[in-house]
Parts: sequence; C-alpha cells; structure tokens
Amino acid sequence: MGLARYAASRAAAMSGVLLATVLITIAVVGSNMDVILKQGISVQVRTELAADPATVASFGTPEEFEAYVAGIVREREVLLGLDEPWYSPLRLGQSVYRVITLDFGHATFLTGDTGSTSVSEIILEKLPRTILLFTTATAAISLIGILLGALAGSRAGSAPDRATSAFAVASSSFPVWWVGILMIFLLAFTYQVFPARSTPDLPPTDPGYAASLLYHMALPLITLVLVGFGSWAYLVRNFMSGIMREDFVAAKAAIGIPRRRIVYTHALRNAAPPIVTVLALSLSGSLGGAIITEAVFDWPGMGRLYFEAITALDLPVIVGATFVLTVFFLASVLAADILYGYFDPRIRAR
Amino acid sequence: MSAAGRVLRSRAGAAGAALLLVLAATSVLAVTAVPPEAFREWGNPASWLSHPRAAAPAWAGLIQQERIPEHLLLEGPRAGGSAGATHTETRVFEFDYEYDGFPSDLIYGFEASYEGSPLLLLRLERPDGSSMRIYSAPLPFHGEYGAQHVRVFSADHAVRKNAAMQAPAAPLLPGAPAERLLFSDGAGGPLAGRYALVADVHSAAGGIAVSGESLVVGGRAFGLMGTDELRRDVATGLLLGAPIALFIGLSVSISSVAAGLLYGVYAGYRGGRTDEAMMRLNDVAYAIPALPLLVMLAVTVSGSIFVMAGFLALFGWVGVAKVSRSMALQIRTRGYVDAAALMGHGSGRIIRRHILPQMLPYALASVAISVPAAITTEAGLSFLGLVDPSFPTWGQMLHDADVHGAGSRGMWWWIVPPGVMIAVTGLAFVLLGNAIESATDVRSQALRTRG
Repeated sequence: MGLARYAASRAAAMSGVLLATVLITIAVVGSNMDVILKQGISVQVRTELAADPATVASFGTPEEFEAYVAGIVREREVLLGLDEPWYSPLRLGQSVYRVITLDFGHATFLTGDTGSTSVSEIILEKLPRTILLFTTATAAISLIGILLGALAGSRAGSAPDRATSAFAVASSSFPVWWVGILMIFLLAFTYQVFPARSTPDLPPTDPGYAASLLYHMALPLITLVLVGFGSWAYLVRNFMSGIMREDFVAAKAAIGIPRRRIVYTHALRNAAPPIVTVLALSLSGSLGGAIITEAVFDWPGMGRLYFEAITALDLPVIVGATFVLTVFFLASVLAADILYGYFDPRIRAR
Repeated sequence: MSAAGRVLRSRAGAAGAALLLVLAATSVLAVTAVPPEAFREWGNPASWLSHPRAAAPAWAGLIQQERIPEHLLLEGPRAGGSAGATHTETRVFEFDYEYDGFPSDLIYGFEASYEGSPLLLLRLERPDGSSMRIYSAPLPFHGEYGAQHVRVFSADHAVRKNAAMQAPAAPLLPGAPAERLLFSDGAGGPLAGRYALVADVHSAAGGIAVSGESLVVGGRAFGLMGTDELRRDVATGLLLGAPIALFIGLSVSISSVAAGLLYGVYAGYRGGRTDEAMMRLNDVAYAIPALPLLVMLAVTVSGSIFVMAGFLALFGWVGVAKVSRSMALQIRTRGYVDAAALMGHGSGRIIRRHILPQMLPYALASVAISVPAAITTEAGLSFLGLVDPSFPTWGQMLHDADVHGAGSRGMWWWIVPPGVMIAVTGLAFVLLGNAIESATDVRSQALRTRG
C-alpha cells in the first residue's frame, strides 16, 4: 500500500471516529436539549402574551387561556421540528450537519470575554490559548527530553542514565493536576512569585496583554514541563541505547569521530522517526488532559470552557467544544499515524 | 529461578511488591478495623464535631518550633450538686493551657434529663483568679420528664457578647472571637496556666440527671495528619481511601485487560477478514478522546463510583487488544498450535489451552501497568467534583481541599498526603509491572521463535 493510500485509509478511519463522537455527544445531550428548547418556547410565548393584555383579557377562563398557549407552543415546536424526537433520522441528520459545518448556535449561559453568546466566537477566543500553552509545553518537554535522553542513552548504566530512569518512573506516577496544586501552593501562596489564577487580568485590547498572558502562563507551563519531560527522556533513552549498540556507531567511533558528535548528530538522527511520531501522539494526549489541568490553574482555554459548560449544562457549548477538542485530538493522532507509516513502511504493508 | 522469584529479586520488583503489601495491609485494616458506618459517616458533619477545625498534624509544632495548641477533648469532669429548693448539678472541667496560640473553639456538650426548663450557667475561671460568666440560658422546655441533648458553642453569639462585656482585654480587641477574649493575657498572647470551666444546671422543678458531659477545647494541631475544614480527620480519610483506590485500580485494569486480551487473541487467531474488521474497530476506539467523554458521561449518566469504574474499563481495553493480537499472530504459527488443530481441537480450546497461558505474563504486567492510569483518572474526575462524594476517595479529598482554599490558607497537610498516596499507589504498580515485564521478557519471548 502506498503512503497516500495508507494516509487516506487512516483519514477515513478518523472521519468515522469523528462522526461516532458527534453521534455519542448528541445522544448524551439530545433529550436534555429538547426539554430545554421546549421550555424556552413556552417561556417565550408567555412573555409575548404578557406584553399583550388585550388578547389575555379576551379569554373567559384560565383553561381557555392555557389551551391557547399550548396551541401556539405546539405550532412553534412543529415549525422548529421539535415534534419529532431528537433521534428521528431527519433531526439527527440536521444536528450532525450543523455540528460538522461548525454551526453550534448560541450558548445558554456562558459568554465570551466580549460578552458574545455565539458558541463559535467563544471557542475561537479560547482555542488559541490552549494551543499556545500545550504546544509550548510539548516543545519544551521534547527539547529537554531529547537532550537528556540522548545523554542517558549514550551511556547506558551510568549515573545520569539511572537518575533519568528513576525520575521518569517517579514523575509519571504523579497526577499532573496534583503537582499543579502543589506548585500553586509553593510558588503562588508560600513564595509569591507567580499568580495563583492564570486568567490574565488585562483586557485583550490592552497593549500589555501579551506580557500578562505569558506571565500568567508560566506556572502551568512549568508544571507541565516538570511532570512531562521525565518520561520523554526515558523514551528517547530507550531508542538511543538501541542505536548506540549498532555497528555504524562503533565504526564512526573507530575512525575517530568525537563521541559527542556521534550522539547528537548521527545517532539522534536515526532515532528521529519514532521520536517525531510519539511527539505527535503526546500532543493529542496532553490535549485530552487539558480539562483538569486548565481547571486547576484557571487557564482560560478550551479545557476550562468545556468544564464550565459541563457543570452549567450549557448544551450547545458542550457539543461545540467536544467537536473542536475531538477534531484537534484526531488531527494529531492522524499526524502520528501518517508519520509512523512514512518512517516505517512495514506498517503500511499490513 | 521461577519468574515470580526473578520479579522479587529485582530491586524495582521488590520495592513495588513491598509498597503494594503495605497498601494491601492498609486496605485490610481500613475494611476490618474501621466499622462500615465510618465510610458513610465521612460525609456527615455531625459525626466530626469533637474534632478541631483545620488543625495541623500534631507533629507540625516540632518543625515550626512553637507550641501549637493541641486539641483537648475532656470527659469525666468533677461532679457536684445540691438538692434543696432548687436542684443543682455542677460539673467542673480543669485543664492546663500552655500554648503559643488561642484555641479555635470551645464546645460543651451533655445529655440532660429533666422536667420544665432548667437554667444552664457556664463560667470560666482563669489562671489569674478572675472568673467570667460566659453563658446563661434556659434549656428547652420539657412538659414531662425527658432527655435532651445540649451543645453550647463558643461561636454562639451570646457567648461572644458575654466575653466582650467581661474580658479586660475586650476594648483592645474589637471584633475578636470569644476564645481570643476569654484566653487573652491582655498583651496579645494567651494567658498560660490552669483554667476551669464550671457548668451549673439549676432546676426549680425537681430532679435532673446529667450524663455524657464533654468539653472540647479546639486546638490547631490534631492527630497524625491533622483535620480538614469540616473537622474530618485526614489520616482516617487517607486510610479509607486505600481500599477504594485499590478497588478502582484493580477492577478497571483487570476487566479492561481481560477484555482487550480476549478481543486481541480472537482477532489474531482467526485472522483474515475477522481480524481486519476487528482491528479497524480497534483503530476507531483508539482514537476516541476518553477524558471529555468520561466527563460528559459522569455528569449526564451517573457519578456513582461503580459506574465510573465501568466507564473507565470501557476506554481501557484498546491498547491491550492491539498488542495481544500481534502476540497471538505469532503464537498461532507455532508447531504445537498446528498440531492441536490437526488433532481436531476446536479454536476455543486451542485459544484456552495453548495461546492464553503463553500470554499470562504479559497480561499480569499489563494489569499492573494500567492500574495507575485508572486511579489517577478516577482521582481527576473526583477532583473536578464529578464523582459521587459519599465515598472518601483521595481525589475527593483534594477536591474538598481545593473548594475550601487549602492552598491559600497554607493547609499543606490537606493537599500533600492524598496526592502522595495516589502517586505511591501508582508507583507500586508501575514498579511491579516493569519488573514482571523484564523478568519474563514477555514480548520478545512470544516473538522470538516461529514455527
């Protein structure tokens, strides 16, 4: 199978996952959504009638009035297609179509920084912050991890190697968010170096906004890097220690190429394919963890938006945020898959 | 040497096994020594009233070089009384107070049986010889002789008012709580020495019986691990959390590894179109973003801890299925499998007798390695407040700590221990899993020989 065909088949699988996730999301929120919409219509009709005392006065008994209201409510429900259940093929199709075309509608409770209730606008506001935090963290983690892992892997069994392995096992046992709580406790409350809440205190229009954003980002960034780089170094170390045993390394050492140069150019280049692949995968993993991490630090990104939407049961935001999170998650999984297939043709040949 | 022996010989394996043994012993202790009601009582504030609020561990004073007020629970006071025109029951609690801080509160509780509405008088006698009447109020009216449970808190408005009128230091300390006024030495610190709380119950309508008296002088240091904002003993919470964490971790990892193993082995053994279809499904499951869906399911379906374990298992089998399929593909090509097939054994029997036993070490290692993820994910969901709070899990404790601002108030004993427990539990299983993997060298063994 050629790379293009392999990539296409992976992309098809990912679209299937995306569709499945959208369907699951709609299934989970669908019935609640209908109830809320119907209540909204009922309230709307009554508010309109309250502003029109002449019509209200024309009814003889409360029963007549109620029957009239029920009639109008029914009419509007039919107009909106709410007379069919959410799982009817027509409505399900409409819902899926709307989500896929990024038409998420308006939020029920939440608003963006500018007060907008459009779900797309809210998401567009939060998404860059999540990407900023997590790509910066992943870049820093992989840089430290690759250098440290190369050092450890080139001298298997040495003191730095054993320290790296021990640190990797220990740091992977700590939940990131708990280390975050500790960091806030230490660096925000005990020693007041960084702010405890990561929401920038300046409006986005202020010239100092970028600096404020970076200052507020420091604590979550430090935490993510601190917890993340150990297991990265361990991974790179394992790839490297295998490569350092290869004949070509011994040959290069024999013709007098300095060890440092062998490790950081020749060996590391050979270890690059799996490293790049895992890099793409780890980005998707960290995006999933954004919900808890952003909640701890109060970082105003997608993860916190999702959590706020869930706790307030703001259904349009839940649907929109799930979709966008899933798209990004799948994009990085797809990137990892294609890189893997590119570097390792055996995978394609299955 | 047997595989188990090799696991225990390796340093990591021995450390993991030792940690696990301690955790298992803790869990057994929690389940047997602590009555089952304790699990339910954890979330009930009334059952923690005799504990101090937000107290540091008792040993914290050694580190901070000060005499942190200890928590005093006084029972069995000196009893006296007189019967005349009015019947009087007197109880005297004497205690030494030699600390560098003020008590956090005073709570006097007792059980009284009486008729009518007797008068309760509380008086505090201080080391300097002065005496303050801090409380004077009738007990609830009983038309017929009956029992009444009574509790007086120093947070009571009347107590504070009385203290403010009588304490010599009161004008210097506007707005100070009652305990501060009652124990002040007039110069900003507490007056050291022997105090006595005298409680009189006067009844004009016949006999009274007083029992179950206790005086709590709330300290700022208590027990092994201190207490939280809701007066709960942190050490008890850590103890109760152990069996729950082990249950979540093991039930999730065992069920997801078993499901993934069967799925993968079946796909690998059958091969062909079945394999292809099952692996495509596996790819789909692999790419599903678990945490957002878990959060959504916790909110909309149920936050019960058992349902949560089910959901976690639902997302956990995917990786195991992938690896066990490739292992099964290799084992399938071996001679004895062909031989068994030639002898007419069914595929179920071949999988059961010849393939699954080969994969046991891998399965064990996977169980151990996937426990920490299950525990941390559950703890994360609890931390977000999405799991039913009636069980004292470590994640739930951290959630409570977060809600009550433990970090900003410097309550490290509420933040550090639960996280350390989560990490240590995870570490134990990771060490053990790594040791099993390297001792049995499972993957390479399965992949080494063909035919």
